[in-house]
Amino acid sequence: MKQGRIVKVSGPLIVAEGMSDATMFEVARVSEKRLIGEVIELHGDLAYIQVYEDTSGLGPGDVVTSTGQSLSIELGPGLLQSIYDGIQRPLNTIYLQEGHYITRGVDLPGLSREKKWEFMPNEELKEGDEVVAGDILGSVQETELIVHKVLVPPFVKKGVFSRKPEKGSYTVEDTIAEIKTEDGVQEIKLYHRWPVRTPRPIVKKLVPVKPLVTGQRVIDSLFPISQGGTACVPGPFGAGKTVIQHQLAKWSDAEIIVYIGCGERGNEMTDVLQEFPELKDPSTGRPLMERTVLIANTSNMPVAAREASVYTGITIAEYFRDMGYNVAVMADSTSRWAEAMREMSGRLEEMPGEEGYPAYLPSRIAEFYERSGRTICLGKDERIGTLSVIGAVSPPGGDLSDPVVQATLKVVKVFWSLEDQLAFERHFPAISWLTSYSLYHDNLREYFRNEVVEDWERVRNESMELLQKESELKELVRLVGIDSLSAQDRIVLETTKLIREDFLHQSAFDPDDAYTKLEKQYRMLKVILDLHRASLKALEKGVPLGKLIDLPVKEKISRMRHIPEDRLEQFDEIEKEIEAQVSSGLVESRTVEE
Amino acid sequence: MVTEYSTIGEIAGPLVVMNDVDHATYEELVEVELPGGELRRGKVLEVDRNRVLIQIFEGTRGVDTAKTKVRFLGRGLELAVSPDILGRIFNGLGIPIDDGPKIIPEKRLDINGSPINPYARIYPQEFIQTGISAIDGLNTLVRGQKLPIFSGFGLPHSELAAQIARQATVPGAEQAFAIVFAAMGITFEEANYFIRDFQETGAMERVVLFINLANDPTIERIATPRAALTAAEYLAFERGMHVLVILTDMTNYCEALREVSVARKEIPGRRGYPGYLYTDLATMYERAGLLKGEKEGEVKEGSITQIPVLSMPDDDKTHPIPDLTGYITEGQIILDRSLHRKGIYPPINVLPSLSRLRDKGIGKGRTREDHAELANQLFSSYARSKEVEELAVVLGEAALTDTDKAFMKFGEAFEKSFVQQALDENRTIEQTLDIGWDLLRMIPKIEIKRIRDEYIEKYLPKEEKDESVSENES
Repeated sequence: MKQGRIVKVSGPLIVAEGMSDATMFEVARVSEKRLIGEVIELHGDLAYIQVYEDTSGLGPGDVVTSTGQSLSIELGPGLLQSIYDGIQRPLNTIYLQEGHYITRGVDLPGLSREKKWEFMPNEELKEGDEVVAGDILGSVQETELIVHKVLVPPFVKKGVFSRKPEKGSYTVEDTIAEIKTEDGVQEIKLYHRWPVRTPRPIVKKLVPVKPLVTGQRVIDSLFPISQGGTACVPGPFGAGKTVIQHQLAKWSDAEIIVYIGCGERGNEMTDVLQEFPELKDPSTGRPLMERTVLIANTSNMPVAAREASVYTGITIAEYFRDMGYNVAVMADSTSRWAEAMREMSGRLEEMPGEEGYPAYLPSRIAEFYERSGRTICLGKDERIGTLSVIGAVSPPGGDLSDPVVQATLKVVKVFWSLEDQLAFERHFPAISWLTSYSLYHDNLREYFRNEVVEDWERVRNESMELLQKESELKELVRLVGIDSLSAQDRIVLETTKLIREDFLHQSAFDPDDAYTKLEKQYRMLKVILDLHRASLKALEKGVPLGKLIDLPVKEKISRMRHIPEDRLEQFDEIEKEIEAQVSSGLVESRTVEE
Repeated sequence: MVTEYSTIGEIAGPLVVMNDVDHATYEELVEVELPGGELRRGKVLEVDRNRVLIQIFEGTRGVDTAKTKVRFLGRGLELAVSPDILGRIFNGLGIPIDDGPKIIPEKRLDINGSPINPYARIYPQEFIQTGISAIDGLNTLVRGQKLPIFSGFGLPHSELAAQIARQATVPGAEQAFAIVFAAMGITFEEANYFIRDFQETGAMERVVLFINLANDPTIERIATPRAALTAAEYLAFERGMHVLVILTDMTNYCEALREVSVARKEIPGRRGYPGYLYTDLATMYERAGLLKGEKEGEVKEGSITQIPVLSMPDDDKTHPIPDLTGYITEGQIILDRSLHRKGIYPPINVLPSLSRLRDKGIGKGRTREDHAELANQLFSSYARSKEVEELAVVLGEAALTDTDKAFMKFGEAFEKSFVQQALDENRTIEQTLDIGWDLLRMIPKIEIKRIRDEYIEKYLPKEEKDESVSENES
């Protein structure tokens, strides 16, 4: 290992001389404290290094050691239920070792070296079999919820077993098998290292066809995201970005969740840490934490590690996708990641692009989101895995012309636009139904039609049309008053009010309401639309408007969120009541006429 | 290792550049001795081989290139702490400026602190009763939260902050508490308002003051909140006290930071503020919270609750300072000029105000079971009343439906009897919630959608009482 010396310190950036054999993006250890840094620019024998820890107290003359390795993380059993900082140092172990504060120069492996895992080999494998990268060697029950499949690492291209994997209890560093390849014998362990900035290889990408069911009505019904899709949630502070991210992490039907807290509040990560072990997965009843990996680089932690945290997170997600799982990544917030890039760029004295952000911002963002997708993974069995990415964006002042928002919208397919006006009214989730969009409707049409209900799409489209109409009518009301509207238009406003208040509004903190299955979502929306149609018909037949506005069944509709998922027949009753009340209105109006 | 140099090469704004310095380190504290013997302090912003960039806290007036001496102290800026800091007044750098005895330090702490490991935190959920309905009822403060007050020039943020400091209690708990107060660039009168208030209520012996007034050196302000938070951390986590930190005015702090950034010729972010303003603010705001105790599931004794006060230039919430603050803090209390003009104190506009930690700090066993739903109902009803008000401006009140009129009335009553209260009025949480329920009688029952039936049944005052009140009104 060659050693250089610091010549300059400027915040998280240091410059070292005598580094002529350093390579780009290799990891260097800075000063006697052995702080972790990464080479981001080279000029002759000067290396520019971004340091992932606080640099105070460093000065010219301190040693810098290059390691020859690029920034990489450990992938193997033990990832689930962990909480890591931006460069995969385990925060729980750091806490036990160092106390409440994060001290500098901590050097701990991402995966425990002591813990033994019960490994079950893949029965079909025999000595002398040919294996390729991605083949399943066996499995470890990592948590009760998740079977961790042990794969031939991507860098072992092809070979035959010189020692096939045997059942047993291993630490991550024990050799479980040996594969003879062209380059010699490779020892296979339960874990391997992977550079975070390099996407893990796949066979090919496929078109997404299934929704990522989130249980959030405004998302699933109006603006769905697919498994393997990408979405972005921009919004001003207080609009509920983090709550949405938490809701998706809790309730979405992904099998693995990687939650990246990038430059956000410490307490939010604590919230996840305290809440997830208590919450039960709706389909299996096991604690949600068993399927979750947390990356926490809070806003007060070093800025350069924030830049690395999104790569660490997505690499872990890719690793689980390679096993054939449906994985979802929540990145909260990508703006902080972009700001970390901007800060480093400024220190490097690069020419700034928009708003001081580096000119390569859009390409970095695109590269990140492109690591998502529904893919055929490496390996002979052609497993399919999906990786969905949901990124929060925090534009200054909620201004959507912000470069980070714009660069993100260019690559993502779903846009959940948060509006502070809705948040002020405590309409949560504050996703605007007028400006949000999803480009997955075409991909998902088949699924909804075949797996949920035939006229899913009709109900959705009708609701969207009504909401659109409402915004036009409201404009009109603002100018000329509600009395000038036709009775039909008044009915539209009544209906959209029900859609907004009794369907789109959903409380994350009410246990009955936090999660709604697709079937119930459909029934809820359909009841509202049925009432709409019945009211219009009744109007034609002469029932007075006031009567229709004050139908007693609306009380029932406003409580339908509390109907249990296994008692959906209660919707039939509401439908019957609509029928009865509207037709009783008909009878009455006739008697009046007579 | 102390080394002394007199090799100042350049002076610009608050910055000086030194040449031929060996072994300076980043963030190192320096002592500057002026030709007349005056001592100032500074810190190293950048080291480039033998060239060192230093920021001088007290400004560069009187500094020359020939005779001024600079000593490198081999450590960062530290605060001397001991239990005796309670009741004392310090300058912005943490040096005592009252005439009290010298503080014999128990230890010296780096004012930059270290980031709290998120794994070591405990999620704050202990309700603090401030006695102010708009806060307790709708934007509840919890112990360990950072909840800023967004204000504007001429609005009563000092009064509000002082009232919170005076009244804040955790119902049913008697624990050691302290107030750490940091003044950055505020006027003597404003600072005096707080000091007098603390003295009158007998709280002074539990207060630590860090004072950097408008006429004190600007750059010193950069150290002030950090010194204050270091004192707070010491009192909270080493002395087990519950500390309320008031930082006022953060806008002045940010402007000092911008001054340094501009002098360094850095690429500016929005409105000339440096691109790292978010990170910089976060390193202070995140120094609030609760920590894990010795045993699993225990909370370590002591806490830090932060109430930073900032004035929004031109009342603009999207200005970078409130904007970035709002992204870091756990909510915000926004003061509103039009409410102030109507004579309503505290002029808290509850709609854009928010407490992110509210939902876990309230409810059964903490405040009352109906709290969350009642609060949501009051929010949405008040929002509706504002919409109706707008409508009434365009169309005239005659065009409103009866329901709309009811909401409009509700909105007015809400401001007058829920938001408005006296400077010394300390309402219990039950009083606050009952006022809320009383107001809900003004709107049709079918419009109460955010509250479950059993609570409506239990808490909504019954009709007969309704009549007696409306008689009083008429």
